[in-house]
Amino acid sequence: MAFFEMVKTALRTVMQKPVTILYPLQAAKKTPISRGHVVFDGSTCISCGICLRRCPSQAIVLNKEAKSWQINRFRCVVCNSCVDTCPTKSLTMDTRYTAPAAVQGVETFTITYVKPARPEKKDESG
Amino acid sequence: MSKQIIVPFGPQHPVLPEPIHLDLVLEDERVIDVIPSIGYIHRGFEKLVEKREFTDYVYIAERTCGICSFVHGATYCQGIEQIMKIDVPERAEYLRVIWSEYSRLHSHLLWLGLFADSFGFENLFMNAWKIREDILDVMEQTTGGRVIQGSCKVGGVRRDISNEKLDAMAKDLDRIDRDMKELTTVFLQDSSIQHRLRNVGVISRDDAYHLGAVGPTARGSGVAIDTRKLGYGAYDRLNVPVVTDSCGDCYSRCAVRARELFTSTDLIRQAVKKIPDGPIDVKVTGVPDGEYFMRAEQPRGELVHYLKGNGTKFLVRSRIRTPTLTNIPPLIKMLQGCELADVPVIVLSIDPCISCTER
Repeated sequence: MAFFEMVKTALRTVMQKPVTILYPLQAAKKTPISRGHVVFDGSTCISCGICLRRCPSQAIVLNKEAKSWQINRFRCVVCNSCVDTCPTKSLTMDTRYTAPAAVQGVETFTITYVKPARPEKKDESG
Repeated sequence: MSKQIIVPFGPQHPVLPEPIHLDLVLEDERVIDVIPSIGYIHRGFEKLVEKREFTDYVYIAERTCGICSFVHGATYCQGIEQIMKIDVPERAEYLRVIWSEYSRLHSHLLWLGLFADSFGFENLFMNAWKIREDILDVMEQTTGGRVIQGSCKVGGVRRDISNEKLDAMAKDLDRIDRDMKELTTVFLQDSSIQHRLRNVGVISRDDAYHLGAVGPTARGSGVAIDTRKLGYGAYDRLNVPVVTDSCGDCYSRCAVRARELFTSTDLIRQAVKKIPDGPIDVKVTGVPDGEYFMRAEQPRGELVHYLKGNGTKFLVRSRIRTPTLTNIPPLIKMLQGCELADVPVIVLSIDPCISCTER
């Protein structure tokens, strides 16, 4: 049985600078693969709807007629599933967390992708 | 005979990280009986299995618990793989073991901190969580998430760890081992902690076995059960020592967890040495048709996932038996006859995880 076992550790920690960081004044720790939030690029989205089918928390809503793509950041669990399955890589993962919010809401993005016109078939008879 | 009174303990109590309610029947300061009740944070995860495709449910299975999340995800995937008879690449099995053992390290360090806090040793609590931060950093560097890793999927894993990173992780474990050695010396040898924990919440070997204790709660009473010995995943190729202690009191349960930290680091080193090169996942085709009981060792004890599929994309039943649920009857046995002031320490000594238990 020993006494004051903790003293050595405690004294050493007193001498060191704090191990905690003053978030949000200082930036949070992150790595290149940290999952922060999903970023949408409307210029390449082909409105296939795979992301909303794969989403385990049903955070994504796609409206093909209105050409809008919505995400509810409060529902999103940042699982990376939509980013992995997106066939056109329109979705990417940013390493920064979204800012805290007091009111729930959806973020709406416009899909600006236009399907390129098919090259006209040449007249086969000629 | 003195008058009996009932003191409610929880669901909101400084020592409880999660809500459980205990009605303590007291005679003077002595607890003579305990009536537990749970049901404060039921979220209906098991019902969700009917609404999500079996490949997507792994993200939900992982969110059953905030601490042993990886083990839940891996156990679910292994259950599905057993039903569908999928052979997972060896590298994926080893990676699962490495992440599972990192989860165990982080869970045990979290518990040691909370336990130190429960008997009023704030400095030790902060030091334990400081070391835990190093473990979480490794988790984030390799999977992208601190506590919800999301790196497991049916048929393998989603991310690979490069061999250089694996070597660096094994090397970094030496430093973490030194820090943990200093930490566990305080837990195991400091006189004030021994005075507080010795002969508190004693449960005999027979009682622990018959009341269904699992994990460190059982091993602290000398029952040498460890589900990793079943050899699921890559555990059959690794040497898994079972840590036990014979006294069955709070100190024994603390000692078992403190010593398990080093078996976990040892297992990670073994896995890093043996991990083969190769693919990390296989393509999953078809749908699960059949049922399976998958058992795995969580940081808190034996976890059981029962899964049943009927040949569609949606499973028909998922049942999760978590270690805390089976550790509640032994907890009641421990509490009977103890002093009221010891109740917080004893409740925390089984490492209660109520979110898991109620799902």
